[in-house]
Amino acid sequence: MINLRRTLAQLRYTNLAYWRNPSSALFTFAFPLMFLVIFSALLGQHTFMLDGRLVHQTTYYVAEMSSYGLISACYLNLSIAVSFQREQGVLKRIQGTPLPSWVYLAARVLHALGVAVVLVAITALFGRLVLQADLPTGFALARFVVMFFVGALSFSALAFAVSTFVPNADAAPALINISIMPLLFLSGIFIPLGDHTPAWITWTGQIFPVRHFAAGMQSGFLGTAFNWGDVGVVALWGGLGLLIAARRFRLEPAR
Amino acid sequence: MAAIDVRGLRKAYRDTEAVRGIDLSVDEGEVFALLGPNGAGKTTTVEILEGYRHADAGQVRVLGLDPRRDAGALRARIGIVLQSSGVEQYLTVRETLSMFSRYYERPRPVEELLELVGLREKATQRVRTLSGGQQRRLDLALGLVGDPELLFLDEPTTGFDPSARREAWQLVRDLTSLGTTVLLTTHYMEEADYLARRVAVMSAGRIVAEGRPDELANRAGSVRVRFDVPLGQEPPRGAELRGGHYEIVAEDVARTLHEVTTWALERGVSLQSLEVARPSLEDVYLELTSEAQATA
Repeated sequence: MINLRRTLAQLRYTNLAYWRNPSSALFTFAFPLMFLVIFSALLGQHTFMLDGRLVHQTTYYVAEMSSYGLISACYLNLSIAVSFQREQGVLKRIQGTPLPSWVYLAARVLHALGVAVVLVAITALFGRLVLQADLPTGFALARFVVMFFVGALSFSALAFAVSTFVPNADAAPALINISIMPLLFLSGIFIPLGDHTPAWITWTGQIFPVRHFAAGMQSGFLGTAFNWGDVGVVALWGGLGLLIAARRFRLEPAR
Repeated sequence: MAAIDVRGLRKAYRDTEAVRGIDLSVDEGEVFALLGPNGAGKTTTVEILEGYRHADAGQVRVLGLDPRRDAGALRARIGIVLQSSGVEQYLTVRETLSMFSRYYERPRPVEELLELVGLREKATQRVRTLSGGQQRRLDLALGLVGDPELLFLDEPTTGFDPSARREAWQLVRDLTSLGTTVLLTTHYMEEADYLARRVAVMSAGRIVAEGRPDELANRAGSVRVRFDVPLGQEPPRGAELRGGHYEIVAEDVARTLHEVTTWALERGVSLQSLEVARPSLEDVYLELTSEAQATA
């Protein structure tokens, strides 16, 4: 109970610092919204077939940029922030106080979750008002929420896992971006994967969690089939991330 | 009761032994300095006492607690000022202090801390805009937030200019007058001399000498004979240039003086600056640490 109160108190400071830091506020918050506008303006006038349904590309990008927003908040932002704070000795200093270190980190995860909620909400609202995109309701909304939370927790776990491979603060943004950017392209986040997609790309999407996560998010917005297998694959990757983080994560700078 | 009690402490990293069996006892209310060159094992020792690392062997008691098993209880009662500062850069000084004050049950009031370390004018500035000296003062304030019984200061003035160092020293002195026990590590003899009641000299993982600063200086007995040599003149045998003067470490003062004056008379050197001095703490320190490193 006391630790819950402490987590919420810590959340306030995490939030203050987040909005003042241009690398988090601009890069992980403004970017997904900017992409939403650019992609729907650039490519939004077409329709195409997805999963046997006729889909407007505008609606498609609302779904994809929601996925990207969550990945940006829970994976990019979290892993870069944690890597920086570890290398700068911020986490080591917290470790030297009576505050349990997990409380500090839990506040970071909760904050990332909050940012993801805000990003997805803005994206959906923009989609509804400007692009007349469909929004999930009823049962579709419930499944969407499940995918959202499983995705948020799994990508957060993967963020901690990947941060353990970052050797120093300078390497953090580059390394972490490289770990996810190609996968975002290969999973159809920025450009829809058509029927003529090379097999290796399809396979890449099948193996890694981004494609599965995006499929779950799509079903909310696009009415495509919801597959619990997608939730399972994302959760499996989250479990793997947790395992790696538990074995490798350190509060002290790497030497 | 001793605030810190260490017996036979050992710690190795892979193939290097950082700490090779040290005993240490620090009384309550005392300022104790661990003095030694870089790589002597000071930081490793302190980090074991703080609970950051675990000892390979030996007994460690800090405020009567085992830093390994009772880390949580211990951290509520100690303050830590690490060597490298790590503070969220985008919070203001006051926000940072009030954030940390939430971690403790009975924190010092934030305004009092700002006053104590002289950061009141900077309270609304973001941490990243502070100068190096100001950041270090914030570090110190963060070490004091929990009103600790015992404060660890790991090289608190490394990288300071002389006037900032004087200010920091005054600050630590003010603190200790409030009864806080302080364990300080430093590689500045002057700092240990100015601040500490007792000093342990560490070198190559061992404590090579321990005592009050003036005791230490007295006990390595060799007297120094110092003088200047005119330009172009060959100095006498055994003289070494140190700190702008030639110096001979004299085992037998009368004989050395005789040799130096004979040398001077033969060459018509006036020896205006001749000085016979007892060794300083720095001399003792250099002697002790070079011996220990030679035998390591």
